[in-house]
Amino acid sequence: MDLSAFLLQQFVNAIFLGSIYALIALGYTMVYGIIELINFAHGELFTAGAFIGVIVLTALQQMGWVETHFVLTMIIVFGLAMAYVAVLGVALEHVAYKPLRKSSRLAALLSALGMSIFLSNGMMLSQGVSDRAYPQVFGLNSIEIMGARITNGQIFIILLAVALMIGLQLFVHRTRLGKAMRATAQNKTMARILGINIDLTIRITFMIGPALGAAAGVMVGLFYGAVRFDMGFIFMIKAFAAAILGGIGSIPGAMLGGLIIGGIEVFWAAFLPSAWKDVTTFTVLILVLYLKPSGLLGEGTTEVRV
Amino acid sequence: MVRQELKKIVVYTFFLAILFIPMLGFKTPSFQPGRVFKTLGVFVAILIFNFIVKLIRSRRKAGEVQKTPLTERAGAWINQFPKIYTLGGLVVLAVVFPLVADNYMIDVGITCLIYVCLGLGLNIVVGLCGLLDLGYIAFYAVGAYSYSLLNLTFGVSFWAALPIGIVLGMIVGCIIGYPTLKMRGDYLAIVTMGFGEIVRLVLNNWDSLTAGPNGLFGMQRPGLYYPSFEESGFTWATYYLKSLPALYYFIFFIAIVVIIAVRRLDNSRIGRAWIAIREDEVAAELSGVPTTWIKLLAYALGAAFASVAGAFFAAKLSYTNPNFFLFMESCIVLSIVVLGGIGSIPGIIMAAIALIAAPEIFRQLEAYRMLAFGAIMTTMMILKPEGLIPASRRRHELHEADEKKPTE
Amino acid sequence: MTNPQPILELADVHTYYGNIHALKGISCTIQQGEIACLIGANGAGKSTTLMTIFGVAQASRGEIRFKGDPIQHLRPEQVAARGVSQAPEGRQIFPRMSTMENLEMGAFLRKDKVEVANDLERVFKLFPVLKDRMHQLGGTLSGGEQQMLAIGRALMSRPQLLLLDEPSLGLAPKLVERIFETVLEINKSGVTIFLVEQNAHMALTISSTGFVMETGRIVLTDKASALLENEQVKKAYLGE
Repeated sequence: MDLSAFLLQQFVNAIFLGSIYALIALGYTMVYGIIELINFAHGELFTAGAFIGVIVLTALQQMGWVETHFVLTMIIVFGLAMAYVAVLGVALEHVAYKPLRKSSRLAALLSALGMSIFLSNGMMLSQGVSDRAYPQVFGLNSIEIMGARITNGQIFIILLAVALMIGLQLFVHRTRLGKAMRATAQNKTMARILGINIDLTIRITFMIGPALGAAAGVMVGLFYGAVRFDMGFIFMIKAFAAAILGGIGSIPGAMLGGLIIGGIEVFWAAFLPSAWKDVTTFTVLILVLYLKPSGLLGEGTTEVRV
Repeated sequence: MVRQELKKIVVYTFFLAILFIPMLGFKTPSFQPGRVFKTLGVFVAILIFNFIVKLIRSRRKAGEVQKTPLTERAGAWINQFPKIYTLGGLVVLAVVFPLVADNYMIDVGITCLIYVCLGLGLNIVVGLCGLLDLGYIAFYAVGAYSYSLLNLTFGVSFWAALPIGIVLGMIVGCIIGYPTLKMRGDYLAIVTMGFGEIVRLVLNNWDSLTAGPNGLFGMQRPGLYYPSFEESGFTWATYYLKSLPALYYFIFFIAIVVIIAVRRLDNSRIGRAWIAIREDEVAAELSGVPTTWIKLLAYALGAAFASVAGAFFAAKLSYTNPNFFLFMESCIVLSIVVLGGIGSIPGIIMAAIALIAAPEIFRQLEAYRMLAFGAIMTTMMILKPEGLIPASRRRHELHEADEKKPTE
Repeated sequence: MTNPQPILELADVHTYYGNIHALKGISCTIQQGEIACLIGANGAGKSTTLMTIFGVAQASRGEIRFKGDPIQHLRPEQVAARGVSQAPEGRQIFPRMSTMENLEMGAFLRKDKVEVANDLERVFKLFPVLKDRMHQLGGTLSGGEQQMLAIGRALMSRPQLLLLDEPSLGLAPKLVERIFETVLEINKSGVTIFLVEQNAHMALTISSTGFVMETGRIVLTDKASALLENEQVKKAYLGE
C-alpha cells in the first residue's frame, strides 16, 4: 500500500473512531454545560448502552430479523439502548446529583465517582465478568476508495453518528426545548425568570447526553464484537479528553475534539508503538488542561478555584 | 404526606424494574426473572425501610426535642474517658491481636494497616489541602517499584531503599502536582487521574525496566539488624521479617509513625497553611501563604507516605505487579478518606478497618465489595459529607447551603 | 369607579442571604398601570427586593401579593407564568444566543405564535437597533444594546408587571434618556412598571410613586413628585 493510500486509510479510521468519541464527548459536554459537573458515570452509561444493544440484538437475531429486516433491527436495537440509558441517566441525576445541587463541587464529584463505581460493578455482577459477544451483523464487505478500505459497518456507523449529531444540532438550535437547554446552560437564574423549568431542562439533558453515549456503546459493540463491564473507563477518559480539547460545554467543540482525539490515536498507532497510544491520549488531556483549559472552541473560563 | 411517599415508592419501583429487567434478566438470551425479583426486592426493601423511618420521625417530631445523632452520642460517651485510656486500650488491642488471630486474619490486619497509612497520606492532599487527587495510587506504585528494582538489581536493603523510595515518591509528587497548581477542582481530579493511569501504563509497558505485566518478584523482606558477637568480633546480623506476625508489628510501627506525623502536621503552621488554602485560596495567597510550594509540599508529603506503604507492600509480598495499582485502588483509598471523614484521623483509621476488614469477614459478600464502596461514597456525600467521625471544621464547609435562618 | 386592586403588594417581607438579614420587613403597594420606583444607595437591598418578588430569593416572612394572590412561595418559573417579567441587574443576556433567540426566550411561556410575532415587531419598533443586530450573538452587543435587549426580552412575555433593575447602569446619559423615554412608552401601553434605580432623579421624574430604601428597610413612601422636593431625598440621592 503506498503512502497516500495508507494515510487515507488512517484518515478513514480516524473519522470512524473520532465520530464515536464525539458522541460520547457530547454527553459529557452537555451535562457539564448545564450543571457544571463532570459526570464520571458517563462511561458506565456508554457501557450500559452496549449491553442493552447486545441483549436486544441477540434476541432479534434469534428471530431471524437481522437478515430479513436489517434496518428495522438496527432501529430497534439503537432505539431501545438509547431509551434505556436515557431512563438510567435521569435516574442517575435524580438520585446522585440533584440532592447535591446546592452542595460543594467536591461533594458532587465524589458522588459521581461513587455512582461510576456502583454502576460498573453493578453491570459486572448482573452481566458477568467476561466479554459478551456481539452477533456479527455487518459482514465483511467493504468499499475501496483510492486504496483505502472502508467496511460496510464503518460506513453505517459513521452515517448514523453524523445523523445523530445533526439531529442534536437541530434540536438544540431549532426547538423550543433545545433553546431552553442552551439558555439554562448559559444563565440559570435568568432562564428561571423567563419561566423555564430548569429541573426539566436538566432532566432532558440527562436523557439526551447519555442516550448519545449509549448509541456510541452499541456502535463499539457492533464494530469490535464484544462488550465488557469495564470498557467504559478507557472510552470515558478519551471522550473526556475530546470534550475538554474542544471546549467543555460547547457542542461543536465536543464533535471537533472527538475527531481530533480519534485522529491522534489512529495516527499514533500507525507510526509508533501502539501499546503507548493510551499514554499519548492521557498526555494530550493533561497538556490541554494545563495550557488551554478552555479548549479550542470554549469560552475562556476564569481559573477560579472550586 | 403518607400517600405522596407511597406514590414515590411505587414510581421508584417501576423505574427500578425497567432498569433491572434487561440487565439482570437477560444475562443469557433467555429471561431469568429470579434474579430480577431478588435484586428488586432488596431495593424495594430499602425504600420501604426509608419510608418507615420517615414515618416514625414525623410522628415523633410533634413536640419532641431532636435527639443528637448516634455517632455524636457515641463520640461523647467515648470522650468521657481520659484519652490515654482509650488510645492505650486500642493500642493494646492492636498489639495483642496477632497473638490470638490466625494467619489469615493477621494478613487482613496487615492490609488494613497499609490502607490506614494510605488513607492518612491521601488525607494530607485531599483532606487538609483540599486537592482532589485521583491518582494517589501512583505514589504507592513508585514506592513499591523503587524498592523492588533497587533490591533486585542492586541488592539494596529495605532500610537503604526506603529513603530513596521516599525521595522518588516526593519527586513524582511534585511532577504530578506542578501542572495542577492553577487548576480547578474538577480538572485537578481528571489530571491526577490521568497521571495515575500514565504511571501504571508506563510500568506496564516498559518491559525492559519493569518486566511489564509479569511484575517483579523475589524481593528481600525487610530486615532488622542486631548485634551479634562471633569469634572474629562484633558484627551486625540481619533478622529478616518473614513471618506474618513480624510483618504485622512492622507495619503497625510504621502506621504509628504515620499517625504521629500526620497529627503533628495537622497542628503545625504548614497544616494551617494547607487548611487556609483549602478554605479560600485567594485569601490565603493574599495573607502571604506561599501557595505554590505549600501545595507541592502537600503532594510530596502525601506521596512520601504512600511510598513507604508501597515499599512495605512490595517487601512483604515479595512480588509486585502493575495491576495492583489500578485506578480502582485510588478510589478505594478515596472512599476510606471520604467515609472516615475528610480530615479526621480517627475516622480514617476506622474507615480503613471497616472497609478492608468487613468484606473479609463477610466473605459471601466479597463480590459486592466494590458495589458497596460506590454506594457508600455517593450516599455519604448526600447524607453526611463530613464522614462518620467528622473533623469539626469540615462539617461547616460541606454544608455550605444548609445555612440555618435565624428564627425570630 | 371602584378602587382597582393594587397589582403588587409587599407586606412585611423579610429575606435572608445566609445569615445576612437583607430585607428587614418591607411593605409597599403598587397600583395597576403606574410607574413606581425604588431608590436607594448601593447595597440597600433594592435588587434583593426584585429577586424576592420573583422568588429567586426566598422570603422567610411576610406576604407578596400579585393581583391579590399570594406569590411569596412560588418558584420563579411560576411567578413568570402569572404575568411578571424582569430585566434584571446586569442585563443577564444569554451571551451565546442571538438577539433573536434572546427575544424568543422572552416569549418562552407563550403559545400564541401570531401574537408573539406581533410583539416581536413591536419590540423592534421600540428598539430599531435590535432589528439590525437580529442575528448577532448577545454577548457581542454593546452595553446599551444589551439593555434594550433585556427590556425587549422582558416585554416579549406580554407582562402585566415589568420589573426593571438598574436600567441606566453603565450607560451614557443620552442612552439613559432614550431608555427612560422608552419606559414611559411601554407604560403607556398598559404595562405596570416597578423600577429600581440608582439614578434617583430620572427615576423619580418618570414615576408616579416612589419608595426610598435604606439598609433593608423602606424609609419613605410618597408621590414621586413630592419626593423630588423632599429635603432629605434631595440631599441624599439627588446630589443637592
